[in-house]
Amino acid sequence: MLQLRPILSTLRRHRTAALLIVIEIALTCAIVCNAVFLIANRLDRLQLGTGLADAELVHLGTRSIGRNDNAAAGTREDLAALRALPGVRSAAIVSVIPFGNQMSASGINLKPDQETPTIHAAMYSGDVGLAATLGLRLVSGRDFKPDEIAEQDAFDKADEYPLAGVIITSAMAQRLFPGHEAVGQAIYIFGKSPIRIVGVVDRLVSPHPDHADQSDLYSVILPVRPNFDDGIYVLRTDTAQRDTVLKAAVAALDRVNPHRVAQAHGTFEDLRGEYYKADVSMVWLLVGVCVALLVVTAFGIVGLASFWVQQRTKMIGTRRALGATRGQILRYFQTENLLLTSAGIGIGMLGAFAINQWLMTQYELPRLPLVYLPLGALALWALGQVAVLAPARRAAALPPAHAMRGLS
Amino acid sequence: MFLYYFDLALRSFRSARGLTALMVLTIAMGIGASMTTLTTFRALSGDPLPGRSDRVLRVLLDAEPKATFTPGKEPGTQLTRFDAEALLRDKHGVRQAMMTGGGANVEPATDAPGGLKPFETEARYTTADFFPMFGTPFLYGQAWSAADDAANAPVVVLSKAFNAKLFGGGNSVGRNVHADGADLRVIGVLDDWQPVPYFFDLNVGRYRKTEGMFVPFGTALERKMGTNGSMTCWGDGSTPHPHDLNAPCSWIQYWAEVATPADKAAYLDYLTRYSAQQHAAGRFQRDPNARAHDVVAWLSSQHVVPEDVRLQVWLAFGFLAVCLVNTVGLLLAKCLRRSPEIGVRRALGAPRHQIFAQFLVEAGTIGLAGGVLGLAFAAFGVWCVRQGTSSRAQWVHLDAATLLMTFALAIGASVLAGLLPAWKACEVSPASQLKSS
Repeated sequence: MLQLRPILSTLRRHRTAALLIVIEIALTCAIVCNAVFLIANRLDRLQLGTGLADAELVHLGTRSIGRNDNAAAGTREDLAALRALPGVRSAAIVSVIPFGNQMSASGINLKPDQETPTIHAAMYSGDVGLAATLGLRLVSGRDFKPDEIAEQDAFDKADEYPLAGVIITSAMAQRLFPGHEAVGQAIYIFGKSPIRIVGVVDRLVSPHPDHADQSDLYSVILPVRPNFDDGIYVLRTDTAQRDTVLKAAVAALDRVNPHRVAQAHGTFEDLRGEYYKADVSMVWLLVGVCVALLVVTAFGIVGLASFWVQQRTKMIGTRRALGATRGQILRYFQTENLLLTSAGIGIGMLGAFAINQWLMTQYELPRLPLVYLPLGALALWALGQVAVLAPARRAAALPPAHAMRGLS
Repeated sequence: MFLYYFDLALRSFRSARGLTALMVLTIAMGIGASMTTLTTFRALSGDPLPGRSDRVLRVLLDAEPKATFTPGKEPGTQLTRFDAEALLRDKHGVRQAMMTGGGANVEPATDAPGGLKPFETEARYTTADFFPMFGTPFLYGQAWSAADDAANAPVVVLSKAFNAKLFGGGNSVGRNVHADGADLRVIGVLDDWQPVPYFFDLNVGRYRKTEGMFVPFGTALERKMGTNGSMTCWGDGSTPHPHDLNAPCSWIQYWAEVATPADKAAYLDYLTRYSAQQHAAGRFQRDPNARAHDVVAWLSSQHVVPEDVRLQVWLAFGFLAVCLVNTVGLLLAKCLRRSPEIGVRRALGAPRHQIFAQFLVEAGTIGLAGGVLGLAFAAFGVWCVRQGTSSRAQWVHLDAATLLMTFALAIGASVLAGLLPAWKACEVSPASQLKSS
C-alpha cells in the first residue's frame, strides 16, 4: 500500500506507454472473453447426445441400377445375409440416419382439422427392432409388432395409409402432452386419420440438428419398412469390430445382388464427426487466436516493463541505496503491473459486453454469462504477473552502486 | 534522404535485435491471421457470374396456403412445376430455365478407363437456356435446343470432370451414357466451369463441384430419374406424386435473364401480374408476393457466406488491432530509449520533421519485414484452411490482389503504429538529452 503513491506518480510521467498497455489488455480481455464463450458454445454442440449407441453402429447403403420391382424381397435377403455375419449383433434398415445426407420432416397435429401444425418433427421409418438396433432406450410403451409394419411401396402408393402406431421421443411427448402419459394418445401426421402413439423413446436426435431449440429432439418413427433403394442399413457391433464388420457387410451385399451401386458406408461416429467438422475447426481456430492474443500481450508487457526497468535504473539504484530491499523493488514492479492490468480488465469487461451485444444482434448467440468475467480477470492478472516477473527480477538484481552510476 | 533513414533503421534494428524481431513477429502474426481470413471470405463471397450477375434473376412466387402465411416473410425459394412451366412458356425474359438437382446410377461401357464399376453420380435436370444464360463454356459439342426439350430428347451434356472419368477426356459427342438403365446420347461436354458459390441451387450444397450430367428436364421426368435437393409440400397430405404437374409442392429453381439491369422492375411487374392471375383463378391463396433477385441480392438474401467465416474475419482483425497496439508500445519504448541519439541529431541541426520522417521510415521498414513474414504466415494459414476438409475449403487460394493487399495492410498498419512514437521522438528536447548523457 505504501508503494502506491510513487507508482502512480511514475505512471503519470509515462502516460502514453501506460495507456497503451491498458488498451492492449482491455482489447485482449474483451476478445478472449467472447472467444472462450464461443468455444464453450461450440463444445456444447459437439456434446449433444443422439440417443443412439454411437460407438457401436456402422451404416451402409446400396441402390439398384434402373428400376427394381423386387427391392422389398431383396431387402429381406440383404438383412438375412447381414445378420449372419460374424460380429453383427443386430441389423436393421432405416429411411434416414442422423447426420446423413437426407432428412424428412412433417407437421404434427393434435386435431384432424388443425390449420397450422403444433410442431414439426423429423420422420424416421423402420421395422420391428429398429429402436433396439440403434440403441434407443424405450421409456414407456413398446416397440412395434410385426403386424403393424407397412411396406414402403404400399405406404407410398396409398393416398392415406392407415398406420397402426408410431414411436416418438420423450421431448416430443412432453411438448405435446405435458403432464400426461403420451402412450395411447393420437396424433395426426398425414391427413385426417389418427395415429396412436405406441411407444416413447428417451432420445432420438433429428437427422440435421441445428442447435437452435428443443426441436432437434422431436422425432417420430413410423412403422414402415423401407427397401434398400431408399433406405440405409444399420448394423450394431462391438466398437473394436466395426471396420471388419463393415468390410464383410459391403462384400455380403455384393454377393446377394451384384447388379447394384454401393453407397457411402462407414462408422456412425465418422458420420457424426463429418457433420461437426466445421465446428471442430472453429474451436481450434478460436483456441489458436486466444493463445496468440495472450502471447502477444505477454510480450508487450515484457517489452514495456523491460524498457521501464532500463529507464528507471537510477531511481532503482537510489531506492536501493536508501535501504529498499530487493523484495520491495520486485513488488514495486509487480504492483505497477497489477494496477495497469486491473485498469485494462475494467475497460475490457465493458468491451466484452459490448462485443457480446453486437454478436447477439449479428449471430444467434446467447448473452455472455457473468462467470466469464472473473475467470477472464484471473487469467489476465496471472498473465501480467508472469510476464512482468523477469523484468522485475532483473530490476531487483541490479547492484545499487552500478545502478546509481547508471551503468545498468 | 529516404535511403539514409532506411540505413539508420537497419542500424537501429541491429542494436536491438530482440525487440525488432518481436515487433516484426507481432505484425506478421496479425497480418497473417487477417489475410488468411480475408482470403477465405473473398473466395466464398465472390461473384459466380461475373459480367451478368446484375441481370440474371432468381424467381420466387408465393404459392403456399394462406393458413401458414407470416406477414413480411420472403416467399419460398422454389416453384411448383405448374408455375415453372407456365413462366417458361411465357418466355418473358431474354432467356429462362427451370431446373432441379438429381442423381443417377451410371453403368460405364466395357472400354471405360480403368475398368470403372457402376457408380452413382449427381445430375442437373434443366431446360435449354441454362447454358447460354449462365455462359457455360463448351469443350466439345453444344447445348441442346428448345426443340430437344419439347421432344424429351434422350441427350446429355457432361461436365469436363465427368467426361474425363467416363470417357478418358476425349471428344465423347455422339457416344452413349447408360444412366438408370437407359441410354442418353452425349450432345456436348462443358469446359472448366465451377460457379463459387453454387448459386443456382444452394440446396444441393453451397460450395460444391459442378454436377456431372445435365439432362433435359422433361427427359429426366419421363424416365422417373431421382431428384436431389429440397422440397416443400402443403395441402392435406393426400397429395399425388410431388413431381406431378398439379402437385402442391415447390421443388424447382427458376432463373430468368433480362436484357439490362433496368428491366428488372418490369420483370417483377410481370411476376406480380402472373401471381394476381393465379390468385384470381384460385390457385394462389396469398396475395401476390413475387420476387426477382439478381445473383448478388439472391446470395445475400440466402446468407450464403457461412457465419463462421464472417466471425473469423472480425476475430482476426481484432487480433491485428491488439498486435498494432502492442507494436506502438514497443516502438515507443524503442524510440524513447534512443532519446540521447535524437538529442544529438537535433543538436547537429536536424529539424523535427526529419526526426519524424526517420522514425516513420523505421516503422515502415518493420512493416515491410512484417509483411513478408506475414505473407508466409498467410500462405501457411490458407494451406491450413485448404486442409480443413469442409467442401468449401478447396476454393480458397492466394492471388495477386491478396498479395498486394497484404503488403499495403502491413506497411499501412505499421506506419500508423509508428505515428505516435515518431511524434514522441520529435518532441524530445535536445538540451535535456545532451545534458543527461
